[in-house]
Amino acid sequence: MANKTALYDQHLAMGAKVVDFGGWDMPLNYGSQIEEHKMVRTAAGMFDVSHMTIVDVTGADASEYLRYLLANDVARLDVKGKALYSGMLNEDGNVIDDLIVYRMTDPHVPGEWFRVVVNCATREKDLRWMAEQTAHFDVALIEQPELSMVAVQGPEAIAKVKSVLNESRGRLIDGLSLFQGLESEGWFIARTGYTGEDGLEIVIPEDEISEFWQALAEAGVAPCGLGARDTLRLEAGMNLYGADMDETVSPLVSAMGWTVAWEPENRDFCGRAALEAEKTAGVTQKLVGLVMDSRGVLRGHQQVIVEGAGEGEITSGTFSPTLNVSIALARVPVGTKDQAMVDIRGKHVAVKVVRPPFVRNGKKVFS
Amino acid sequence: MSDIRNELKYVASHEWVRVEGDGSVTIGITDHAQDLLGDVVFVELPEEGAEVETGDDAGVVESVKAASDIYVPLSGEIIAVNELLEDSPELVNSDPYGDGWFFRIKLSDTAELDGLLDAQAYGELCEDES
Repeated sequence: MANKTALYDQHLAMGAKVVDFGGWDMPLNYGSQIEEHKMVRTAAGMFDVSHMTIVDVTGADASEYLRYLLANDVARLDVKGKALYSGMLNEDGNVIDDLIVYRMTDPHVPGEWFRVVVNCATREKDLRWMAEQTAHFDVALIEQPELSMVAVQGPEAIAKVKSVLNESRGRLIDGLSLFQGLESEGWFIARTGYTGEDGLEIVIPEDEISEFWQALAEAGVAPCGLGARDTLRLEAGMNLYGADMDETVSPLVSAMGWTVAWEPENRDFCGRAALEAEKTAGVTQKLVGLVMDSRGVLRGHQQVIVEGAGEGEITSGTFSPTLNVSIALARVPVGTKDQAMVDIRGKHVAVKVVRPPFVRNGKKVFS
Repeated sequence: MSDIRNELKYVASHEWVRVEGDGSVTIGITDHAQDLLGDVVFVELPEEGAEVETGDDAGVVESVKAASDIYVPLSGEIIAVNELLEDSPELVNSDPYGDGWFFRIKLSDTAELDGLLDAQAYGELCEDES
């Protein structure tokens, strides 16, 4: 029996094509994923992301625990509400999951706590791993399955959300900086997302979500499914767990080096020793962007051939509705320069190697 | 429920065939197939004039989600391909039985038509797959 979010009936009423995603029945699209994609790039779209797993971390050692659990350092979060993207690594330095952690309270005050949002497909192993790491810390992990979550994204997203909320929530939204989330009358409103556009991710008690979703729809926000979510995140150069990285690779070969906080040197975190050894031995691969100007679509697992450097593999590929060409992320030899070939059903096709992202705020950003 | 038209014949690989009465047939993919594929972004079609046999690869439909081979349902010569699809591949989604057609074949053996499915048989096949 598949899990269903509190919005399931509304999805069906809006014409959603539903697919299984990590044990959840979720909308793939509501007609055309390309039209949904373009709505997010030019106006506003909304995604039901209630399937994602929310875990609150409380207790006297909440901060110290997360500084051990995560490769990025929550001590960098110096302001209430600030968010951090991080990998959660195993002892081999490989990626168990990627996640967002929000500082929910002022730093260094009693009762300090954090909110962590992890992927739904990895929920069980994440919760098990997180629980195992609590052994030497005074912390509690509180999963929040009764909370729903909606992402509203696009250049008009914030204005549209404000148009359906009361003044005090509107003022709170006006005060949010990028990558910050704050609580407002039982809601948690964050200026984060997975599309490369400005927008909000809003955590709401599940009995209030329907009314909010309906109000957004009436305000002209387009419902968007997992299909558009994938093309948007790939254009934005954002990794997808299970495709672009997993438990067999480290953040150093997954374009996540920037999320590893090496300083301070005396902070011990899970996977640190292995990452340091990998760095010392020399990283042999890297995750890059590919752009194909000829007709066709790059797909995950296609082989990449780099003359003089060796071979690699596409980790995610798609057609970019914004750029009208195919784009991909690929793990390639570290010596790869600006050209490569991709094996598409036996044919070798030339591609450009670029540094992601491909699109930010509606515009092409690579050269 | 997908649109299955009584006047057409079908192949289990989700192509439709319209018998034109001049010894040729027009071929496309069904509404059910376009729905499974999602937004179509490229269609690669055979060359006009090519001699093809039943079961040959005739090209590829690429949607955002997946690439899907197109098979030749009947032997003969390709006498026309739909050039509209070069710039407007989305016609496969919006009008699969009309402007979204793929190519026409001048049949070399009309007896092969007997091997095609009728609308009812194709409908049952789609039911079984879903």
